[in-house]
Amino acid sequence: MPKWADVVLIPLISIILAALLSALVILAIGESPWRAVKLMVDGALGSTYGWGYTLYYATNFIFTGLAVSIAFQARMFNIGGEGQAVLGGLGVALACLYVPWPHWTIALIGASLAAALFGAAWAAIPAFLQAKRGSHIVITTIMFNFIAAALLNYLLIGALKVPGSMEPATARFPEATHLPSFQDMFNWGDTTFFRGAPANVAFFIGVAACIALWALIWRTRLGYEIRAFGQSESAARYAGINPTKIIMVSMLISGGLAGMMAINNVQGEAERLVLNAVEGAGFIGIAVALMGRSHPLGVLLAALLFGFLYQGGAELALWTSIPRELIIVIQALVILFTGALDNMVRMPLTRLFLAMRRA
Amino acid sequence: MDFATLLQMLDATMRLATPLLLACLAGLFSERAGIFDIGLEGKMLAAAFMSAAIAAVTGNVWIGLLAGIGASLALSAIHGLASITFRGNQLISGVAINFLAAGLTVVIAQSWFRQGGRTPQLSGDARFNAITLPFADTLRDVPIIGPIYYELISGHTILVYVALLTVPLTWWLLYRTRFGLRLRAVGENPAAVDTAGVSVIGLRYAAVGICGVLCGIAGAYLATALQASFVKDMSAGRGYIALAALIFAKWRPWYALYACLLFGFLQAMALRPDVIGRVLGFQVNGQLLDVMPYILTVIILAGFIGKAIPPRAGGEPYIKER
Repeated sequence: MPKWADVVLIPLISIILAALLSALVILAIGESPWRAVKLMVDGALGSTYGWGYTLYYATNFIFTGLAVSIAFQARMFNIGGEGQAVLGGLGVALACLYVPWPHWTIALIGASLAAALFGAAWAAIPAFLQAKRGSHIVITTIMFNFIAAALLNYLLIGALKVPGSMEPATARFPEATHLPSFQDMFNWGDTTFFRGAPANVAFFIGVAACIALWALIWRTRLGYEIRAFGQSESAARYAGINPTKIIMVSMLISGGLAGMMAINNVQGEAERLVLNAVEGAGFIGIAVALMGRSHPLGVLLAALLFGFLYQGGAELALWTSIPRELIIVIQALVILFTGALDNMVRMPLTRLFLAMRRA
Repeated sequence: MDFATLLQMLDATMRLATPLLLACLAGLFSERAGIFDIGLEGKMLAAAFMSAAIAAVTGNVWIGLLAGIGASLALSAIHGLASITFRGNQLISGVAINFLAAGLTVVIAQSWFRQGGRTPQLSGDARFNAITLPFADTLRDVPIIGPIYYELISGHTILVYVALLTVPLTWWLLYRTRFGLRLRAVGENPAAVDTAGVSVIGLRYAAVGICGVLCGIAGAYLATALQASFVKDMSAGRGYIALAALIFAKWRPWYALYACLLFGFLQAMALRPDVIGRVLGFQVNGQLLDVMPYILTVIILAGFIGKAIPPRAGGEPYIKER
């Protein structure tokens, strides 16, 4: 099969299948799919406000998608992006609340480091258990998601709660840590763009992370080792690549990236730490990575698509009787078709291309 | 803690352990045949919704139970198709199934009943009611044994007894029948089973099917026996706790019962912080009790308390010839 078919055609067919089934679901609950698509496009892309939300969600998904991708490159399945992002939020909150930052640029660097450190630390234990004790990383990362949620819950109703407040949330971060939003950054003329939308400077950090990860995977020795390990563990071992090191390093990078999502949703948007700040973005990272074929460029595009779906889905819930959960259905179908049922599309296509070559 | 409170706690343990046990045994069949299933949660949720919806519409809980099993089997079919026929990644398929169930149940519930993603309250014949075993009332006043029989053993819904009976049945099926031997073999070395002329695909589909039926009963229990309607995300991580119990039990049926009873007891304790406070003399954090199953599983997986070795061919699609 030619390379373009593998990279473009198969994902495209998978997405079309997922879209068709989603349309059937919308039809089945008595709404018009065409109207739904129009509402979603209008709501997510029809104004700079919509774009501001789309790009905000996309930023979350870039980080979690990259996190799942780097683990996939080493043939590991990190389901723990959700928990690692929760811990990243904790890191950002601690950094923003307890360090007197002079300016947002320095605060952003500090908070990013804290987020990555906390996320990586949360991935380190499952990674260590996988590397040293052979415990299956999928199971341990699932368990760590639940433990992270409980830990945050415990801290937000205890040590980190504002005294006297009933709400499980930290205090507001100080002014100097607030990140400039797109509204602050892109307004020179009379009309206000991105008014009230949460997209902020973290989006550019996300894009930079895509480029950095691409360089790491395809332009460094470490990236080569990670890919070699993912392709064949025994061959990598024979070539002198240390499996413990690869498992640890790729999972630490993965956890760090998932944790860094917090500079967008916690520092950039909420400006305090609340319960359930991650909102399932860690899991959407799985869909994004599968759709993006674990390639940073693919992840960027897939994250934009999911950002659009998320914002569009919110608009749908606002204007029609279609609940927001429809997005979860679409997400499930994308994971199913691009991930689990990949061979369903691939096998007939391979046969088709073989037949064409013979002809 | 007095005797009556202890009985109450153990009674709650039984009720809370039942869905875990059914789901755990479901996972046991699937994983023993070499098909990892992290979609237990989704299957339970789908079954909970379908059983509650159909029971509410028909007024008959047994039709609801069948519908729940049907919904769970449909998801099992997807899992089988993805992981057996198309040799896809079983873990990814499981994740997809969990999300599919989480989304579809709310979307359908909202368009069907318009109650914010819930189903109507069930009552009377539309839900499983507690059954009183024979002589429970007459024996009630006998000291010690009477209350144990009346409170703990009698007075559950039929599905609790079904779940308990499934344990010896599973043991018998796996270790005393030809089907069971083949099923375990296909999870350890499918090539050998294939060489013996037994269909690997057929066995694995059978295992995934049994898994679907048991998850269906577990889900129906949640919505029609433990509670009286479906609410969004009502499985609340029980599928994952069942998975944890399965590892804790090292993929063996009797140990699965003990693990589920332990995790059920932890859940029962989390519901009664006052009792723990009185017994231990200090407050135990509720969140800590909630995550105890997960922490225990990580410790088990780390190999500090015995080693948990999964079926050898687990997660690997079987390819007949290369």
